[in-house]
Amino acid sequence: MPQAASHGVPMLPRPFRIARARREIRNVFTWELVPDDGGPQLGFVPGQFNMLYLHGVGEVPISISGDPAGGALTHTIRAVGAVTDVLQKLRRDDSIGVRGPYGVGWPVVEAEGNDILIVAGGLGLAPLRPAIHHVLAHRERYGSVGIYYGARTPADILFRKELERWRGRFDLFVEVTVDAAERGWGGRVGVVPKLIDPKRHNFDPAHTVALLCGPEMMMRYSVEALERHGVDSRRIYVSMERNMHCAIGLCGHCQLGSEFICKDGPVFPFARLAPVFHLREL
Amino acid sequence: MEPLKPLDELLHEHPFFAGMDEGPRKYIAGCGWNEVFHAGDYLFRAGQPADKFFLIRHGTVAIELHVPGREPLVVETLQDGDIAGWSWLVPPHKWSNDARASTLVRAISLDGRCLRGKCDEDHSVGYEIFKRFIPVIADRLSAVRMQLVDVYGEPGRRR
Repeated sequence: MPQAASHGVPMLPRPFRIARARREIRNVFTWELVPDDGGPQLGFVPGQFNMLYLHGVGEVPISISGDPAGGALTHTIRAVGAVTDVLQKLRRDDSIGVRGPYGVGWPVVEAEGNDILIVAGGLGLAPLRPAIHHVLAHRERYGSVGIYYGARTPADILFRKELERWRGRFDLFVEVTVDAAERGWGGRVGVVPKLIDPKRHNFDPAHTVALLCGPEMMMRYSVEALERHGVDSRRIYVSMERNMHCAIGLCGHCQLGSEFICKDGPVFPFARLAPVFHLREL
Repeated sequence: MEPLKPLDELLHEHPFFAGMDEGPRKYIAGCGWNEVFHAGDYLFRAGQPADKFFLIRHGTVAIELHVPGREPLVVETLQDGDIAGWSWLVPPHKWSNDARASTLVRAISLDGRCLRGKCDEDHSVGYEIFKRFIPVIADRLSAVRMQLVDVYGEPGRRR
């Protein structure tokens, strides 16, 4: 079981230290965090998130982007608001509060024995990275595995070196596309749903589990493409992003229909969310 | 060297013609021929008459838009199994962008005027052609909408 950040007190952050900080792409950075209270490192399930807290500034929900097998607690963050703008300015050895991990993660164990499609767009690759690590660490438990990733331009490709390394494996199908590029780009240009094609990547739709994370519009069209190719919506999982505050299903900020994204998600089978998927943020 | 297959057989192997009966396929094959483009060659250029379309058998084709004062912008790449060009279907039959071979490209070209004539002559052939083009056009319309919205762009300011 994951070790709770706050030793059983759900709203109390634990102090962590930034052991390493690196810039990924424009306005996106990754932290590797280690406990600063003498306690154990956090365990987590791929797809879960933490609340990161900076005293006097605020708190934000951020997915865990590292390897669930161990090592530092890794978060990949986009500076996109008042809190994350300040977080971006922190450096190695600065302190940060962490509470979590929270939420329901990717069904990586339940999906064993199936083909796996990992469909990500933009920063959506970060919450899927722990699932990719898990699948690759237990590669023999899965059938065909494909990673389809889309970004805005070649300069916006997240974890580019890692994608290139994964693409070099013989037991993994990796396709990357961008929305637009200048001539020097030798890869694909187009949208992520177009990458989903059993003629190019041989997966068995009846025995496929798809994990999706990215902008909701990208996920919507990707779900349509998967269903068109015969993947049942009960086997398609999406990670949702909403305005999470308490992270334990009390405040209601992230409620979507009858679901609390923080507590019942952020990962859901698409079939469960389909009736409310098109609702605007509540 | 392996002898080149008859055009009808090549059409049969291309996903665009999947499920089409032999009769109409052979009838259509009379409008086609094989073409090879080297990297950097243009399959077509904006403003020129759109008198054919291409079934890509091998290679990558970049669909490019020219924006004054900057490098051409690649808005889509097409690969094996894709088709390039539908302006031959839509008056005034002129290409609206460029298509450039990014790699060696082997394609089957189908003459637009010949094909339009056969569609007029035999409406069931026309139906078969349009049935295949409309999903391609719909997919590309969806893709353009996604690109237009800039789904990966900076979201609204948050916490």
